[in-house]
Amino acid sequence: MRNIDAGLIKKTVAQLCIKANRQLPPDVLEAIINAEKNEPWPEARRILGLLSDNVALAAEKCLPICQDTGMACVFVELGQDVHIEGDLEKAINEGVRLGYDEGLLRKSVVGDPLRRVNTGDNTPALISLHLTQGDKLRIIVMPKGFGSENMSALKMLKPSDGVEGVKKFVLDTVNAAGANPCPPIVVGVGIGGSFDKAAYLAKKALLRPLNEPNKDEYYAGLEKELLDGINATGIGPQGFGGRTTALGLAIETMPTHVAGLPVAVNISCHATRRASAEL
Amino acid sequence: MEYILNVPADTEKLKELRAGDSVLLSGTVYTARDAAHKRICEALDRGETPPFELAGSAVYYVGPTPAPESCCIGAAGPTTSGRMDAYSPRLLDAGLKIMIGKGGRSKAVKDAMRRNGAVYLAAIGGAGALMAASIEQAELVCWEDLGCEAVRKLTVRNMPLTVAIDSEGRDLYEIGPKAYLSKGE
Repeated sequence: MRNIDAGLIKKTVAQLCIKANRQLPPDVLEAIINAEKNEPWPEARRILGLLSDNVALAAEKCLPICQDTGMACVFVELGQDVHIEGDLEKAINEGVRLGYDEGLLRKSVVGDPLRRVNTGDNTPALISLHLTQGDKLRIIVMPKGFGSENMSALKMLKPSDGVEGVKKFVLDTVNAAGANPCPPIVVGVGIGGSFDKAAYLAKKALLRPLNEPNKDEYYAGLEKELLDGINATGIGPQGFGGRTTALGLAIETMPTHVAGLPVAVNISCHATRRASAEL
Repeated sequence: MEYILNVPADTEKLKELRAGDSVLLSGTVYTARDAAHKRICEALDRGETPPFELAGSAVYYVGPTPAPESCCIGAAGPTTSGRMDAYSPRLLDAGLKIMIGKGGRSKAVKDAMRRNGAVYLAAIGGAGALMAASIEQAELVCWEDLGCEAVRKLTVRNMPLTVAIDSEGRDLYEIGPKAYLSKGE
């Protein structure tokens, strides 16, 4: 059994909130730079160049990359041999509160979905907790903006819809989203499980680095086919036209019921932000 | 085409703009998002004066991050304009001439733009640091309780924008992808 102090968790979450909002992960920046090189449409190329400039400017001025500093999605992988001294959930929320305050990040959370009063500190975080082997604690913070979150969708397909039904739903969702989610987008697809698990898988897919294809060859092929399909829609950067509509697409799957084929599409923007630490 | 545009805008000049043109905008721009739009419309319903003069005005759909000491504003890119579609025709009929945001607009908004000779300009979504670089001053106007959604008066200089929908309803979000698909590859 290894002890980890809740105070350390709070401090780590605060640092990750600030880092994630100011620095784009290397794989996402690399994807933007590569897309600029391969983009045939001049206006689209110009916009992709400005997106790289924005990342550099944010680092130089210690500003967030995007003003929508998101809801803090916090993924915790907790080793079963860890003992936390204190309250884990409280520590995470205190970390979000501290990070969003000290990092001058935007407070974008309302305490009730219908009565809509801002909580003033960007809490609560959206926490996903997983038990793992060992005595380590891994924390990933993904600030998720809602321009793209709002364009996400879930559908309970029939097993007879099969892979063609999945492809159609992903492309329909991206086409319906159009310019709204700040293309070039990153697409997370969750297939299988249940209504709620499919949505969770789609969000989890956004954590995977863009240069890492699915370990299952069948799904790696499907990821490539869907990405090519999305980049043939013509939507382009900012929806002004061009090849680069998406920077990456990842699929996560889970066993499901004989009667069902749940599919969820979680859309993220070109500022797909994530930062992680291991304690 | 590239245009230099000042606010308050010359209505004849706005009519020259075509979807796809580049604009460098300077002058006064007010920030307003969903909650502020709702309150502006409620004020108009009650026959009250809105918090800023709508006639000839420019509105930017933005909720900036808090300003660091060295700047007047934090990251300040556009939010999705479609959420303002329910309110925009009312503001356009009251004199609003320039809307700044990102993403497509409804037919009702386009109709109101044509009726009033207004334009919709796109800022680069997600480029919060870049868009902030053209903002020289920011001051609170009202509704501080809305936090990042409060109405602010911005002074902008050479803000880089693209005409997304012009005063005759031409829409870059339709024209651009079609042009690429017919000639792009």
